Amino acid sequence: MQWETVIGLEIHTQLATKAKIFSASSTEFGAEPNTQASLIDLGMPGVLPVLNREAVRMAVRFGKAIGAQVAERSVFARKNYFYPDLPKGYQISQYELPVVGEGSVEVMQENGSGKVVGVTRAHLEEDAGKSLHEDFHGMTGIDLNRAGTPLLEIVSEPDMRSAKEAVAYAKKIHQIVTYIGICDGNMQEGSFRMDANVSIRPQGQAELGTRAELKNINSFRFLEKAINYEVGRQIEVLEDGGRVVQETRLYDADKDETRSMRSKEEANDYRYFPDPDLLPLQIDAASIAEVVAEMPELPDARRARFEADYGLSAYDADVLTSTRAQADYYETAAAAGGDAKLAANWVMGELAAALNKQGLDIGESPVAAATLGGLVARIKDNTISSKIAKGVLAAIWAGEGDADAIIEARGLRQITDSGAIEALVDEVLAVNAEQVENYRNADASKQPKMLGFFVGQIMKKSQGKANPQQVNALLRKKLEA
Amino acid sequence: MELHEQSIAQLSRRLGAGEVSSTELTTHMLERIRAHDAALNCFITVTEETALAQAKTADERIAAGQAGPLTGVPIAHKDIFCTLDVRTSCGSRMLENFMSPYDATVVGKLQQAGTVMLGKTNMDEFAMGSSNETSYFGPVRNPWDTGTVPGGSSGGSAAAVAARLCVAATGTDTGGSIRQPAALTGITGLKPTYGRCSRWGMVAFASSLDQAGPMARSAEDVAFMLAGIAGFDERDSTSAQRPVDDYAGALGNDIRGVRIGVVREFMGDGLDAGVGASVLAAVEELKRLGAEMVEISLPNAGLSVPAYYVVAPAECSSNLARFDGVRYGHRCEDPKDLEDLYKRSRSEGFGAEVKRRIMIGTYALSAGYYDAYYLKAQKVRQLIADDFRQAFEKCDVIVGPTAPGTAFRLGEKADDPVSMYLQDIYTIAVNLAGLPGMSIPAPASDGMPVGLQLIGSYFDEARLLNVAHQLQLATDWHRQRPAGF
Repeated sequence: MQWETVIGLEIHTQLATKAKIFSASSTEFGAEPNTQASLIDLGMPGVLPVLNREAVRMAVRFGKAIGAQVAERSVFARKNYFYPDLPKGYQISQYELPVVGEGSVEVMQENGSGKVVGVTRAHLEEDAGKSLHEDFHGMTGIDLNRAGTPLLEIVSEPDMRSAKEAVAYAKKIHQIVTYIGICDGNMQEGSFRMDANVSIRPQGQAELGTRAELKNINSFRFLEKAINYEVGRQIEVLEDGGRVVQETRLYDADKDETRSMRSKEEANDYRYFPDPDLLPLQIDAASIAEVVAEMPELPDARRARFEADYGLSAYDADVLTSTRAQADYYETAAAAGGDAKLAANWVMGELAAALNKQGLDIGESPVAAATLGGLVARIKDNTISSKIAKGVLAAIWAGEGDADAIIEARGLRQITDSGAIEALVDEVLAVNAEQVENYRNADASKQPKMLGFFVGQIMKKSQGKANPQQVNALLRKKLEA
Repeated sequence: MELHEQSIAQLSRRLGAGEVSSTELTTHMLERIRAHDAALNCFITVTEETALAQAKTADERIAAGQAGPLTGVPIAHKDIFCTLDVRTSCGSRMLENFMSPYDATVVGKLQQAGTVMLGKTNMDEFAMGSSNETSYFGPVRNPWDTGTVPGGSSGGSAAAVAARLCVAATGTDTGGSIRQPAALTGITGLKPTYGRCSRWGMVAFASSLDQAGPMARSAEDVAFMLAGIAGFDERDSTSAQRPVDDYAGALGNDIRGVRIGVVREFMGDGLDAGVGASVLAAVEELKRLGAEMVEISLPNAGLSVPAYYVVAPAECSSNLARFDGVRYGHRCEDPKDLEDLYKRSRSEGFGAEVKRRIMIGTYALSAGYYDAYYLKAQKVRQLIADDFRQAFEKCDVIVGPTAPGTAFRLGEKADDPVSMYLQDIYTIAVNLAGLPGMSIPAPASDGMPVGLQLIGSYFDEARLLNVAHQLQLATDWHRQRPAGF
């Protein structure tokens, strides 16, 4: 039988606010356990939550970025369950009336065409703390630093039909939330966590199959592997005549498999009800307009602009706008370099290779964008050749200064004086009279390769500084004379 | 007149004139607590050292000419209010040894005003009860007859004020917990409009209904106390962002022409005949003072008790989930695993009534029942609020009985939760609508106090206090004191 895979994602993005969603505690990652937990985060008797409006603004920004309706009135609800790292015994979330309604994003499919994936809703909620099972000798340590950290949970429609599509969608959401500055996107630190609802059905069947929910996946690679494993498992179950049970499963990256956490029967009844400690969240048109006015350029728009304004290919524009940091870097370098295409080549070529080699992010580049632009400018104005420029980039990387300083210190300025170049050419031709003779007698198709010999000799003599275009032109002129 | 008989205004004047010091006054009240509290059990914790230190500070403030009307006045706090470094038990074994790391806003404001805290008063466990018998620390006895209950849940505060063990006290009222004990002990208590006083630091029972308020021996004293605790608090999102009225300043207004609405539904079946007669006598007195009487109807008031016993337990089932034995409060011995820790800590830490309400509330919020119970109850709440809105088109203040009878015997209703719940039949609608309500003494019935309930429109506390004060100027019902105290 042909099976069709159906995937929906729930993505928890940690909002980049300074303070928690209902208390003034810091949200900084990595502090000593329980040093960023106030009375409110600890769930002391008698404490009350007060909503952080910055988290609301971020949620609105997301809503407007995906073309969704932002609710004028949304409601915080309590999701009740017991767990030691959930201090109040309930999580404040949104249930029936979320702040962000239906929207959509467009993702690139494997065949290169675009596909619209629906976003059902996005709602604000608080994160729980962490239970630490190691180092406590059979006991559990509780760290409440993370408790109360604002999250925006983004729920998709079950619109994805393969693991690759799910990854493309997740990457798109990641790109958007980092572009609009509401999430740092750091997956190692848990700022972007994914749950995948996966089911299969016979090709052509309208009704959805029973789904399994794969919890807490924190990398795109694991997302793809977990879904693929789960699809294989479900096919096997069904083809063996079994039934898929609705359950929550955990992906084990070490074993590359999913395993059951709890079934539907064991699932909590969360007893949602509106939180009486918080008034309904009202968002007026003026504050939405304010958020829209401050909206940074979105990735799709920026990509289109890169193609139109800089004459970049679709591929280059896509790569250069993949992250906001990358795009910002590129635009700074291009402006300083005075040549958008040349800057694109350097950002995506030499620089990307060097960063890759060291495992560095563009934001961590030892070569500042404007400095790379300075190098591009020297290539553009023929001060140095591209070949020399590679060496200069390495020197900039090593901290020897900017392009101009290195060119000056090392005497790398290209020889463009036609008299000096002519002298070099004459010298080389004189020393290699036999090769000159051979060249002139050779078949025209062989000549370009033979020309390379002379160019090489001249460049060697000039220590690479002779302008290659001038050398070529002059050589050709003299040899064909 | 003895020190403990004097009003806040009198004490304030005498403290200011140097006729008595707060230290003397505080020492006197502490002696009274030592002499009488064994018989009444009003206090869970007496904070003698704190009290004397605060009295000393108050005396310095008075000497420096920086005193307000409450400076140096000894009061008590219901043990539901968090008090820094003082045990805050909420009447429960769960919090038997809980030392609060912070002060409630109400406590902090009264401290700012210069009051002296004598201690923390007994209460029904987590404010769930109408007789003070559900307290882990034992029942409070009514000073009018120590075989009877003082009402609840603010029974310790009520009995302490009635027995003159403190000048005034704080209480909280979720379904009648200030007004009903005030009625049963012959004192004056006010539940302000929902949102008038901050709930920060008040251990939550039912968040959409809970409200702090003062309890004292007269409307005038209550006015001074209310001025001390009312106001917006940015730490409580449900507190009202509107200025506080001049309560004491409005007390002297003439009440001629004030339209008093008598609730038809509150004067019929289920009301004790003696209590009914007392309420009518009080109504007659208001008429004599020039108020106009109109009969009004609250057709949905009969639904208030069932609606309340869905909403309040639902909220309590969630609010009390934090008492899990993990971070603070009672933890069972040697838990086997997490589930054992939860089950035994909570089974041991909570009493029967609290467990009953947690179970009712959990049920009401369960999948498949939510619409039929919680949502329906919220709709009833709206109907009740609408009834009041219409009533206040015809009148300025609503009057009626506070409780259906006078104080009952200890144990009399302890095994019959429904008859206990009906104690609040006249008070609960006010919480559901979020209105301000008061209880003031009406003529006694068979020697036991009777409460007259006054209900005002939203944020109309000043008018309620004015009507109550004018009635108290003309009568001596509020001056009656229990024998032996």
